[in-house]
Amino acid sequence: MKKVFKRPGILKDVPFHYCPGCTHGVAHRLVAEVIEELGIRDTAIGVAPVGCSVFAMDYFEIDMFQASHGRAPAVATGIKRVLPDRVVFTYQGDGDLAAIGTGEFVHAATRGERITAVFINNAIYGMTGGQMAPTTIMGQVTKTTPFGRDREINGFPIRVCEMLAPLEGTAYLARVAVHTPKAIIQAKKFIKRAFEVQLEGLGFSLVEVLSTCPTNWGLSPLEAVKWLEEKMVPYYPLGEYKSPAGGVINA
Amino acid sequence: MKGNEAIGEGAVRAGCRYFFGYPITPQSELTHYLARRLPEVGGLYLQAESEVASINMVYGASGAGARVMTSSSGPGISLMQEGLSFLAGAELPCVVVNMMRGGPGLGNIAPSQADYFQATKGGGHGDYRLIVLAPNSVQEILDLTGKAFELADYYRNPVMVMADGIMAQMMEPVELKNEAQAEIQAKPWAASGMIDHPGSKRIINSCFVIPEEMEAVNIRLKEKYTQILFNEQDSEGYLLEDAEIVLVAFGTVSRICRAVVEKARQLGIPAGLFRPVTLWPFPAEELKRTTGKAKCFLSVEMNMGQMVEDIQLAISGKAPVYHYGRLGGMVPVARDVLQEVQKLYSGGVVK
Ligand SMILES: Cc1ncc(C[n+]2csc(CCOP(=O)(O)OP(=O)(O)O)c2C)c(N)n1
Ligand code: SF4
Ligand SMILES: [Mg+2]
Repeated sequence: MKKVFKRPGILKDVPFHYCPGCTHGVAHRLVAEVIEELGIRDTAIGVAPVGCSVFAMDYFEIDMFQASHGRAPAVATGIKRVLPDRVVFTYQGDGDLAAIGTGEFVHAATRGERITAVFINNAIYGMTGGQMAPTTIMGQVTKTTPFGRDREINGFPIRVCEMLAPLEGTAYLARVAVHTPKAIIQAKKFIKRAFEVQLEGLGFSLVEVLSTCPTNWGLSPLEAVKWLEEKMVPYYPLGEYKSPAGGVINA
Repeated sequence: MKGNEAIGEGAVRAGCRYFFGYPITPQSELTHYLARRLPEVGGLYLQAESEVASINMVYGASGAGARVMTSSSGPGISLMQEGLSFLAGAELPCVVVNMMRGGPGLGNIAPSQADYFQATKGGGHGDYRLIVLAPNSVQEILDLTGKAFELADYYRNPVMVMADGIMAQMMEPVELKNEAQAEIQAKPWAASGMIDHPGSKRIINSCFVIPEEMEAVNIRLKEKYTQILFNEQDSEGYLLEDAEIVLVAFGTVSRICRAVVEKARQLGIPAGLFRPVTLWPFPAEELKRTTGKAKCFLSVEMNMGQMVEDIQLAISGKAPVYHYGRLGGMVPVARDVLQEVQKLYSGGVVK
């Protein structure tokens, strides 16, 4: 029988440690498939963050770096400047990228580093047990916003794609989600495009992936998918925010 | 050549092609020099958005297999501590220059040696060590910068070169030895993409979630540090054979103390100078050998006495250790140090 669907060889054949219903695994798979389809396994180098996805360094069967919290874009800059013909990507959570690592991702973007950031926005700090993230939406209850995110105390969430779009160094920006089959197909297309933009040497590319954290949202996997659709997508509209093909394309 | 430029030229001659850094006085000329010099040899000077970013760029470049360095002073070196701990944990080589300045806090840009503890006792978190070199002339800055890259690669460990604003600004003639390019050994651990090592992935990492695994790494690191402790102690002695008062000083201060020793000898005081070239490993073995005739030790530093306990440990209580220091960016004056020596001599410490 012909095998039409299999695990990408780039992903280690072990059970992932992610919680049931967590979409980190889906995002891993999409990145792995894209690397395989673009035929860049030998030249790809990944940078794993501090966060639930620190173990990406074990799961991706390519050369990997483990970076300190928030600094993956600086580490990737060092790698890419030494090895300009390698395909360098970071895989970062929202606390990692949009809080502690704010300086690093903004400056990597504005320098136009030819790297790709896969940015997992799950509106929470997963690994440390469900504290508020910079992307936690207004009113969202977390361990450190027990009465809901309040503008007087916590201010407002960061919309990373919108924030980066005016920077001249950014070549490709898109926001996707991985909660439905349709969204996943779209997500893969945009992740692939982000890597292609790097291969074409056009500048900094980033794909923001709206992702679930059922464990720390306190929801079942199915409820989590629904919450992402109903609460996150309206605040974080999906689509391409910047593309070399032209302007801001908001889906 | 200026001290700052000598570091830059020493680095280029050692095969360093990448510099990532953030502006701070008094190391600016070093970055100005490299910003021009590195492109001449096909290298890259990149100004980062902070010292936190700089040291992490160094982490990436080093893990990719390059000879790489950064440089800063006081506050910037403090910001690099987490990164240095990661470099040490992932066993990545690099060279970091600290042109020390007055502190704590923003302090000032005047010469200081107040970062001795930070450099030699850790600075960052976790069980790790930096190799720390302290040159005292422009020639030695040039030579030790080259040596720093060799040591870093050999031991796969960050190496710090420590000096201060005086050393940085000092102009002295230097002998540029071999123009020939340094030979850089292959790095069979670098994660430069599987194209370079088909079939087996490499990971640059300092995260070991399972305590048993982390402990095994710690033990391996400890063995490495023991080897460094054993092999790399370096120091210089001046008139130590019959010295009854031994001055101990490094870097800028050691130059002042040499003049003090000469002056003391003219006055009939049997003084000598012990100069650590490596601050870690502290040259304890050699210092121990000076205890034969020595009646006391005088640690002269531009800090509150951070080196005193290393001296005490080295000589195991065989003689008292005194301290003379100027602080806050003030530099000891030979006359004052001499007075201190005379006081100790006539005060009966040396009988
Ligand atoms: C300097 C530093 N501060 C704090 C931490 C603790 N820490 C580990 S993971 C994490 C948050 C990760 O959240 P996020 O980036 O959103 O990733 P997720 O786990 O949600 O995927 C924090 C604060 C750390 N490791 N290092
Ligand atoms: S804590 Fe959240 S983000 Fe982390 S693995 Fe579990 S579900 Fe995923
Ligand atoms: Mg998160």
